[in-house]
Formats: sequence, C-alpha cells, structure tokens
Amino acid sequence: MATEHSRTAARLMVSPAVILLFLWMIVPLGMTIYFSFLRYNLLMPGMESWTGFDNYYYFLVQPAFGAALLNTLLLVGGVLLITVVGGILLALLLDQPFKGQGIVRVMVIAPFFVMPTVSALVWKNMFMNPVNGMFAHLAKTLGLQPFDFLSQAPLASIILIVAWSWLPFATLILLTALQSLDREQMEAAEMDGASWMNRFIYLTLPHLTRSITVVVLIQTIFLLSVFAEILVTTNGGPGTASTNLPYLVYQQSLLNYDVGGGSAGGIVAVILANIVAFFLMRMIGKNLES
Amino acid sequence: MGNITLSAVTKTFGDVNVIPPLDLEINDGEFVVFVGPSGCGKSTLLRLIAGLEDISSGKITIDGRDATDAAPAERRLAMVFQSYALYPHMSVRKNIAFPLKMAKLPQAEQDRKVENAARILNLTNYLDRRPGQLSGGQRQRVAIGRAIVREPAAFLFDEPLSNLDASLRVTMRQEISELHQSLKTTMIYVTHDQVEAMTMADKIVVLNAGNIEQVGSPLELYHRPRNLFVAGFIGSPKMNFITGAEAAKHGCTTLGIRPEHIEVGGGDWEGVIGLAEHLGSDTFLKVEVAGVGNLTVRVPGERGLHHGQTIRLHAPADKLYRFGPDGLAL
Repeated sequence: MATEHSRTAARLMVSPAVILLFLWMIVPLGMTIYFSFLRYNLLMPGMESWTGFDNYYYFLVQPAFGAALLNTLLLVGGVLLITVVGGILLALLLDQPFKGQGIVRVMVIAPFFVMPTVSALVWKNMFMNPVNGMFAHLAKTLGLQPFDFLSQAPLASIILIVAWSWLPFATLILLTALQSLDREQMEAAEMDGASWMNRFIYLTLPHLTRSITVVVLIQTIFLLSVFAEILVTTNGGPGTASTNLPYLVYQQSLLNYDVGGGSAGGIVAVILANIVAFFLMRMIGKNLES
Repeated sequence: MGNITLSAVTKTFGDVNVIPPLDLEINDGEFVVFVGPSGCGKSTLLRLIAGLEDISSGKITIDGRDATDAAPAERRLAMVFQSYALYPHMSVRKNIAFPLKMAKLPQAEQDRKVENAARILNLTNYLDRRPGQLSGGQRQRVAIGRAIVREPAAFLFDEPLSNLDASLRVTMRQEISELHQSLKTTMIYVTHDQVEAMTMADKIVVLNAGNIEQVGSPLELYHRPRNLFVAGFIGSPKMNFITGAEAAKHGCTTLGIRPEHIEVGGGDWEGVIGLAEHLGSDTFLKVEVAGVGNLTVRVPGERGLHHGQTIRLHAPADKLYRFGPDGLAL
C-alpha cells in the first residue's frame, strides 16, 4: 500500500513541472500552427483571415525554399563531417602524454564559450575580410590575390565558422571516450601484429562509435537551427547562397512581414527536423544500445 | 622452438631502477613461472620479454635471434592478459581470428585454425557470441585461443587467473597445465600465488624487488631454499623463523622450520595454543612457545586440540633450515 501511495504522491509532486514543460512546448507550437493557417501580415494588423494551406503552398513553391533546404542539409552535413573527423584527430593528439596537458585541454574548449554572433563577427572581420583580414594578409604575403570568402564561398565559409565553434565539443567528448579505451586491448592487438592503422580501425573506431553517435545526434539538433552566424556574416546571400531554413523563416516573417508564411515555414522546419531525426536514429541509433 | 635468453637486462622508469641487471635462461618447452610479491617486477619482466616495454640495457635473445629491438609482433610470442583484453565489439570467432587476419592468412586457413582452437578449448558453441556474453572462465579461454592460433614460440601469461573465483581457478590451472602437456610450447607464467607456481611450473623464478632470488624446480625451492626470502615465500602456511638464543643453539642467525614438519607430543618446546583452525583434513595451530616465539604448526587430521591447551612440540633435526646473518642458507 505504502508504495502505491507514494507513487501517487510522486506523480502529484512532479505534475506541476511536467505540466509547465508541456505548456512551454504546446502553446508556441499551437500558436505557430494556428498562425500558419492565417493570412497574417504585420503591415495590415487586424486584417487576419483564414487561408487554409495557402501559406504552406507559397512557402514550398518559392525558389528559395529548395535552395534553403539544400543549404540546411549541406550545413549540417559539412559541419558534422569536419567536427567528427577533426574531433577524432584532435582527440588522438590530445590523448598523447605531453607537458601542459591540462592547460591545453582547457584552451581547446575555449571556442565553445564564444557566443555565435561574436565568433562569426571575429571570423568575418578579422580573418575573412578581403582587405583587412588575416587570410588576406597571408595571401598578399605569398603574392596571391586575396580571396573574398563570404561572397565567393559563403556557405563553405559559414560551415567553417560553425565547425570551428563545435569542434571543441566533439573533441572533448571523443577525448573522454579515448581515455576509457583499455590499454591492455591495445597491447594485445600490438602483440597480435596489428599496425597502428589496424589498431585504429579495429579497436579505436569501434570503441568510439557510441561517442560519435552522441556527437552527431546532439550537433544535428543544434545545427539544424544555425541562425546567428548567417545573420551577422552574409545575411543569407549572395542571393540565397547561404540561406538555410531558419534564416528563410526569419526572412519571411520579419523582413517580408508575413507572419503566416513564416509560421508555415517554421512548421515545415519542424517536420524536416523530425524526418532527419528519424533517419539518424535508424542509421546510428542502435549504437546507443549497450 | 622457444628458447629465450635474457642477459644483463635492466629496466629503469625515470630514476627508479625496477630491474637491476638480470640473467635468465628459458629452455624450449619449459613451463616457467615468475613468482613474487606484488611490485617485485615480475609483470615488468614479462612485458620486457613481450616487447611491450623497451629494456634500458642488456640483450634479449629468442630462438637464437637477437630480439632486443624487435617489435612485439615480430617476436612470435603470444600473451594472455590479466584482464583478458578481448576486443569487446568482435565475436569470439573474430577475436580468435584477429591475429590471423592481421597476418593476412587466407580465409579458409583462418576458419580452420579458429575451429581447431575452439575445439581444443571447448568454445565451439560460443563462437558467435560477444565477450560480454561469456563467463570469466570462457573469456579466459577465448584469450588463450587467440594466443594458440598464432602458434607462437612461447606463451606469456600475466596473472591470468587472478580475476576468477577460487574453484574456477583450480580448474583453469589444470586446463593450462594440460594445454602445456599437449602443445609442449614454452610458457612463461606470472603469478603472485605460490600455489599456482608450485603446481604448474617446471621451473620457478622467485623475484624480489627486481632481483632473481632463486631459480629451480618447485621441489628444489621447497627443500633447498637459497635464502630467507625464498624460504618464506614458498610453502603454505609460511615457514616459521626463529631467532635469538634458540637459533644460536643450532649455530645460525635464523632457524627455519616448516609448519608441517613440527611434530606434536614429546620434544623440548612447550607452548600454549593461541589459535586452532580446524580444516578437517588439517589443523593449523598458533602456538606461543616461551623463549622461541610464535610458531605455526600444521597437524594432519583432527587431534582434538583447542585454544588454551598446553602442548609439547618436537622439531626433527633433519627438517631444520639454517640461515646465516646475511639471510643466506648455511
């Protein structure tokens, strides 16, 4: 009886938090869904009217949508590739014993503490600027034509900036995983005649799969909604070359004053995120089971 | 073939000298056990032979070839680790086949060797399981299987039984001995358990602080320990050491007598039983003898002796071990 009572009591006790969290999620979602079916323009307040699926139709058929969708996937994929590969390499490097290990590890995590707008501005003005940037100076020293990163390769530049701030996260998670790799297993493989490369492929990588999965899943969630870096660097341009879905939603609702269309885009983004999550879980989710 | 010769091998970690110059000859087909208390350098010595640690100076010869600078894989030695060091994400089959795969053997050859090793070790039904799904003893056998398939010049065992429970340890001890009988390959076995050393070894190497205290067959060590350390280490319960006037009477600094050699009844030592441990087959007595000290006595069977009783003990003269002031046997 006692356990049953305490179970009921426990449910009662946690219910305020659960209800609050549920409301926190459902109210904005419900409002977004509601707005997405309205003709709702900020320039004409009070004139909202029901339009059915028109907002969705116009959001999906606009040429920018296809580009934004592709850019979103390229951005997520590109950053994941750089951070996972780079993270593994950096983690392998930091796992070697050397002097000042502690300090170096703290410094490696530093980029993660820099907020996205700041890091993007630093990259834009101090590194990638074709006149005053470090890269331009470097190119000029070597006698080359400075490269205008943000207008010539806008999406690649943004991928680079975002990857820079997420690399420490991947490195740190992979480093902790590397440190838990059994030393005797490595020695056994060494005695079994496995070269360094084979030890990496057959022991280290399988050992890291779970952490790589965690890195990929967590980063995907955040990378689908990259916004600040785009806003302060390229503004989605030139054209739609660096517009991703969140940026397109922002453009629609705040630059075009079309709240209805923006809300429809938001719902599309939510659906897209769910599709990506579904495929991710099918592909790598099994790595999380023991 | 599996001759291993160490000549003047040393190992230092930083300023710490773990192995002072050490010479050792291991003959083909021998079962050699390195035994000693924890931290005596026995595992380090094994790792030096395996090539997992570089020696600081000296020379290692395997089968007549200088292997001092050879990589671990080139030495044709197989090692069984204390933690088994199985590859957790591979099936038992893949674990055993791993060294063969690394040697790029044809698949058919690999399968044949793995099946063969699995048959010898009774693992045939477990080949498709992961190490995590096996019991401790089975994991141990997989680790041995991984060593067998390489057909090495010698097997190295690093305290392989210390993670098993007592009854399994006895079984595995016998299995490893039988394996040695059938393979007739050189085996080097590291343990801190002198019972394992006594029961399995052809040759025991007793190590203390990196020094070889004595090398010999188990019974040689039991009957003719070279010094106090070996005398105290080999045999269970420990040999009794008597110093002072009683030792001087026999013309030595320390007098040693094994618990099983002391006879109860008659004799010139009189003492009070402080503790009696009844095992059924034996009784271990702790006896406080005035002028001699605390003695452990092993009495076969059950003699109805108990705490507080006064008994007389006799130490046969031919069973006494005498040690000089430097600890060496006289």
